[in-house]
Amino acid sequence: MSWILIVEQLLNGLQFGLMLFLLAAGLTLVFGIMDMINLAHGSLYMLGAFLAAWFVQLTGSFIAGVLLAIPATAALGMLLELTLLRKLYARDHLSQVLATFALILILNEAVRLVWGSDASLPLPMALSGPVELLPGLFYPAYRLLIIGVGLAVAVFLYLLILKTRIGMLVRAGASNREMALAMGVNIPGLFTVVFGIGAALCAVAGALLAPLFAVQVGMGENILILAFVVVVIGGIGSIRGALVGSLVVGIVDTIGRAFLPIAFGAFLPPQFASAAGPAIASVAIYLLMAIVLFFRPQGLFPARG
Amino acid sequence: MLLLSAVAKRFGGVLATDGVSLEVAAGEVHALIGPNGAGKTTLVNLISGGLAVDQGDILFEGRKVTHLSQHARVLSGLARSYQITSIFRSFSVLENLALAVQARSGTSFSFWRPVERERFLFEEASSIAAEVGLEEKEESLAATLAHGEQRALEVGLALATAPRLVLLDEPMAGMGPEESQRMVRLIERIRARVSVLLVEHDMDAVFRLADRISVLVNGRILATGKPEEIRANAEVRRAYLGDEVAA
Amino acid sequence: MKRLLFAATLFLAFPWAMDALGHGFYVSFASRLMIYAIAATSLNLVLGYGGMVSFGHAAFVGTGAYVASILLVEELTSAWLGWPLAIAAAALAAWVIGALSLRTRGVYFIMITLAFAQMAYYLVNSMKAYGGDEGLTLPRRAQLGLGLDTANETVFYYVVLALLALVLYLLHRLSRARFGRVIGAIRDNETRAEAVGIPVFRYKLACFVIAGAAAGLAGALLASHGRYVNPGVLHWTQSGTLMVMVILGGVGRLWGGVIGAFVLLGLEHLIADYPVAWIAALLPNYQQHSALGVGIVLLAIVLFAPQGIAGLLARNRNAAP
Repeated sequence: MSWILIVEQLLNGLQFGLMLFLLAAGLTLVFGIMDMINLAHGSLYMLGAFLAAWFVQLTGSFIAGVLLAIPATAALGMLLELTLLRKLYARDHLSQVLATFALILILNEAVRLVWGSDASLPLPMALSGPVELLPGLFYPAYRLLIIGVGLAVAVFLYLLILKTRIGMLVRAGASNREMALAMGVNIPGLFTVVFGIGAALCAVAGALLAPLFAVQVGMGENILILAFVVVVIGGIGSIRGALVGSLVVGIVDTIGRAFLPIAFGAFLPPQFASAAGPAIASVAIYLLMAIVLFFRPQGLFPARG
Repeated sequence: MLLLSAVAKRFGGVLATDGVSLEVAAGEVHALIGPNGAGKTTLVNLISGGLAVDQGDILFEGRKVTHLSQHARVLSGLARSYQITSIFRSFSVLENLALAVQARSGTSFSFWRPVERERFLFEEASSIAAEVGLEEKEESLAATLAHGEQRALEVGLALATAPRLVLLDEPMAGMGPEESQRMVRLIERIRARVSVLLVEHDMDAVFRLADRISVLVNGRILATGKPEEIRANAEVRRAYLGDEVAA
Repeated sequence: MKRLLFAATLFLAFPWAMDALGHGFYVSFASRLMIYAIAATSLNLVLGYGGMVSFGHAAFVGTGAYVASILLVEELTSAWLGWPLAIAAAALAAWVIGALSLRTRGVYFIMITLAFAQMAYYLVNSMKAYGGDEGLTLPRRAQLGLGLDTANETVFYYVVLALLALVLYLLHRLSRARFGRVIGAIRDNETRAEAVGIPVFRYKLACFVIAGAAAGLAGALLASHGRYVNPGVLHWTQSGTLMVMVILGGVGRLWGGVIGAFVLLGLEHLIADYPVAWIAALLPNYQQHSALGVGIVLLAIVLFAPQGIAGLLARNRNAAP
């Protein structure tokens, strides 16, 4: 097993983790501040991908397409928040789960009606080749872009949350909503903004990952679960937790899928290894979450208490 | 009956309970007073088992209950009522009380026999309802009761577990003078068979009911003694009683 | 009581009526509805009566389905062996998952049950020996002996009907017994339940296990009914569908699971198989998008009628002056 392979997989894990972070960050904020379970968060990711594919097709430019998709998704997200999700903040978690589950169904079919079940967003020509990071170590340029954008967004969020007034309001809301309300923070407005930011982040992830994965109806559900796992591991309401959680999940998942089958093959007979390897790799993240919850039920970096 | 020995509890950076030693004798009404934020409810939570102590020990009737679960403490005779009313809102008054009786009379891993057939549960519940003055409201849904009635049910639930010591956390919270009088009379009625640790702000009631008073300030016991001693205690007056209208 | 007799007559006479009208297919369809009614009722116990928002209930249905299927594939065709084993396996799974998950509360509980269901899904998906992601076709339905041929749709219908009636009756007794009271108290106010001496964790776990067992039965029946099983049965969206049924029918109400299953699956079937001209004019291909209708109906219920259909019926009955 060459070190090149290991580094490659680590970079893949980093890339995946950073994209997961984009989803998890929005999700954890909505959870932490509005105390709302939003299953439709994955649908925003899907919308971002479909919108990006559409805009790229319309404008012929990858960059323009992606950049247009972001405010478009944010706008749709905020519209959703204003018209519908607002009504759910006061309701119990079950109602939120069911209502946002309904939203998934509705949005999936709506996308299917407008664009069909799939779309395609091809890799931009300029970035389709590999880059030589170190002698002998080649890595796809596009994935490097993703890592770059992911890190940039992480830094941006860090600055936003820790250094700006809005960020301070967000942190106050996350750690003690009642107190923030009592102190006159414009909660409804803050919520809409937070939701819009979350939607924008989903769009970035959706648009960037589109060339790598299939753009199809239902793509949101699969990644949504991972985002929830990240939020639970990292601690609800905590951006830092979301970052740590996403990187851990991204790397564990990628490394697990790449090396567990090989590792199992080393000391189990082939018919077990070929079944056990991928199986354990798939559940590795959930096992991780179960373990974290067992020892630290509030997650690694809980925003509250 | 109840003995706390150097009990401490920390929340993050805050030492909510700082080496508290307290003793409630059998048959006494022991009042716990102190300014807001002194840590009275935390202490009640520690004694009842809702919170785990960081240090120290709690003994109930000579037995160490420090690490016993909350429901086990209740079953051994240590019950509590809540400062913020916490009742079973979707059940009737009678059903509320019957539940508490049910919890102490045998297992509830019973899947077949309808509960209504168990006359004993409802007769017990009815007598507790009468004791706390809710005999007229037995069939009323708990959610529809007036505030004072809910507070009465709150205490009733604690009594229905047949405790030997009951922790009353501000039973008179939010009550007008007439309702407070009723609550005082209730406590006088039950003191014969139940020891009481009473957390209260209502000084009239405290001085009328208490055999002894302990003063809690900043998580520490400032003084313990008979009501006259406490009233005369200069430190206590400074820390707390000075703000209250002396009875 | 009258309504019960009416419903019973309807259910009992149904196969005979369908055969007479030449719609024999519907007997099999009705069996499927009733099987889902059992599954939804089992979720209702844990969710409606117990207040535990479990998003992984499909895992127990799936466990029952796969255990029953594996036995059938291995030529152990007796239902007297297969179905109890399926129930036991599902109960065991519920015990393990419940013991771990019930240590958490609120949102964490929802997430961890979801995660466990996904684990089960992926595990089953990787069982190449039993079909993997393509699923498993079964040679025959489980056999009951006693002169009852389960391959006969009418016979199978009555078997399922009997089991559904049994499950409902057991739920009815349980809800009025001590256990039902305790579970209701825990759902109402868990903290206070603990504070009046109820060992909350124990009872929640028991409720979870009983519900899991019933779900396992539904799974076994499902496998026999279609003579096919695939990992999709365990997917978290299936858990979601079951939850939709429960809230549609009425959370915490005896007939909630039945009503919900019948209405949801019935509606889906109606939309898919019976085109309505004016809707088709507005939205061609609307029949392929029945999920949209389900979503809208579900959303409307959550927002405007959270008590579900059974709740609306109960309210109408009480409101009449």
